[in-house]
Amino acid sequence: MVVFDKPHALIDVPLHYCPGCTHGIIHRLVAEVIDELGIEGKTIGIAPVGCSVMAYNYFNCDMIEAAHGRAPAVATGVKRADPENHIVFTYQGDGDLASIGMAETVHAAARNENITVIFINNAIYGMTGGQMAPTSLPGQVTQTSPYGRDVKHCGYPIKVCEMLSELEGPEYLARVTVNNVKNVRAAKKAIKKAFQNQIDGKGFSLVEVISSCPTNWGMTPKKALEWIDSDMIPYYPLGVYKDRTAEKEGE
Amino acid sequence: MSEKILMKGNEAIAEAAIIAGCRHYFGYPITPQTEIAAYMAKKMPKIGGCFLQAESEIAAINMVYGVASAGKRVMTSSSSPGVSLKGEGLSYLAGSDLPSLIVNVQRGGPGLGGIQPSQSDYFQSTRGGGHGDYHMIVLAPASVQEMAQLTVKGFELADTYRMTSMILADGTMGQMMEPVSLDFDVKPAPEKPWATTGTQMAREHNIVNSLSLVPEELEQFNFARYDRYKIIEENETMYEEYMVEDADIVLAAFGIAARVSKNAVDEARKMGIKAGLIRPITLWPFPKAPFKAAADHCKAFISVELSMGQMIEDVRLASECKRSVYLCNRAGGMIPDPKQVLDSIIKVNGGNE
Repeated sequence: MVVFDKPHALIDVPLHYCPGCTHGIIHRLVAEVIDELGIEGKTIGIAPVGCSVMAYNYFNCDMIEAAHGRAPAVATGVKRADPENHIVFTYQGDGDLASIGMAETVHAAARNENITVIFINNAIYGMTGGQMAPTSLPGQVTQTSPYGRDVKHCGYPIKVCEMLSELEGPEYLARVTVNNVKNVRAAKKAIKKAFQNQIDGKGFSLVEVISSCPTNWGMTPKKALEWIDSDMIPYYPLGVYKDRTAEKEGE
Repeated sequence: MSEKILMKGNEAIAEAAIIAGCRHYFGYPITPQTEIAAYMAKKMPKIGGCFLQAESEIAAINMVYGVASAGKRVMTSSSSPGVSLKGEGLSYLAGSDLPSLIVNVQRGGPGLGGIQPSQSDYFQSTRGGGHGDYHMIVLAPASVQEMAQLTVKGFELADTYRMTSMILADGTMGQMMEPVSLDFDVKPAPEKPWATTGTQMAREHNIVNSLSLVPEELEQFNFARYDRYKIIEENETMYEEYMVEDADIVLAAFGIAARVSKNAVDEARKMGIKAGLIRPITLWPFPKAPFKAAADHCKAFISVELSMGQMIEDVRLASECKRSVYLCNRAGGMIPDPKQVLDSIIKVNGGNE
């Protein structure tokens, strides 16, 4: 009996991600969900600019590489091209989604665009070598905040789920992490719901995954996972920030 | 002869796009092209199409990128400052070899400029508009009929060559009304086996992408794209010649400037000056041959433009600098009148008439 196998939606090639990076886990979760829902043949994924820019080489479904921050707009086009037959997801980092692409993010959410957004928040620009992100924590040392993020000078990190939850538009907003087995299982559940919502025509579903960047945080992989618990989650509490269907059922 | 209806230039573009099979339009309001969006907003829901007002020009062009990736005919329209915002998207469309139609109903610039007609986005359009080595097919209508006709043609060329076609109009063309025949024989979109429409578990996955980190590979992509451009230059260059055959003074003008210039040519001929006009219809590829040929017999060229002189550079290149090329222009939203153009012809001809 096979108890563990590679998901079909994930291509069997070495990933380019750094050791200890959680992108690999999240890729796998997305692929498992695509397999379980049986939607690989109708799914189109949108890769961002950032560490996961080459995600198009890893997913077996059709893939599009978008300009920096524009994935929700590209996804809007792909979805509207054939709403009945296209399942569309974006996979975006914090710089892509919450900085240069914030307008596209907010408006796709406001329109309740029927897409799934996987948002990787590791509080740093990884691909360009560790600069301050819109989600870098107060005091966090990065290449462009070498004395620690000074909120008096450059403001506060953006809490995306909290912010979007103020909009009427979105169907589902949840923040998860993947720093231990229990959390990985919860993350998968949220990602599956975000895809199922799209299949059911419910609309914009975003899962924010608090992730680690051992390389640019300057930590061992183990220490980076611990730092998620000690520093990230207190600022970015896990949980469901909006679930319109559940709210309606609760009424 | 089919029935003619009276239409505004902007509306003619919108209706022609629908006739060409475009069912997806994304745009953002900006004068003087907003009628295109308004027309689409009214029409698309009634024919099973999609009109969506985007949050920005940037979002609109990326929605275009999405629909184009899925293999369907798609368009956006804007005016000069808005087209600058689309520049990033235009470059990505080129890098990913995606077909689409972009309309620029130009207004005066730079910056926010004004809202009156202009041709000052000639450089931006004919040189690509964004970063990197690439071109768009740039079509310059000079009547409402051509606004419609070149829109259909633009979609066909975009699909044939997997690239962006741009309609480069101006505020006059967009706003004026003329009788139009909309009886077009539309070439249907070809098969698009590269499109990202879902694998249906029946093929390898398709990737729409402009990233290429291996320079040798990226160079090859650029070479291949420019090989395709050569074919376009050979097969798709369009222009109109008016009394050029024996002309001493040859005007170069497109769009509204060409209509003004035609009047000036007629007036000059009445005075005994042998004037003629070459009207490029494709601004890229630029019609080099008629200018090269005219340089053999004419005394001089005059480039008539609603800009500070942009096409004039292509006229010099195409005529291989064999004759002097003069500029007759207005800028910032002003249009030269036939008298100004005629005075310029008289002056260049020697000033005696």
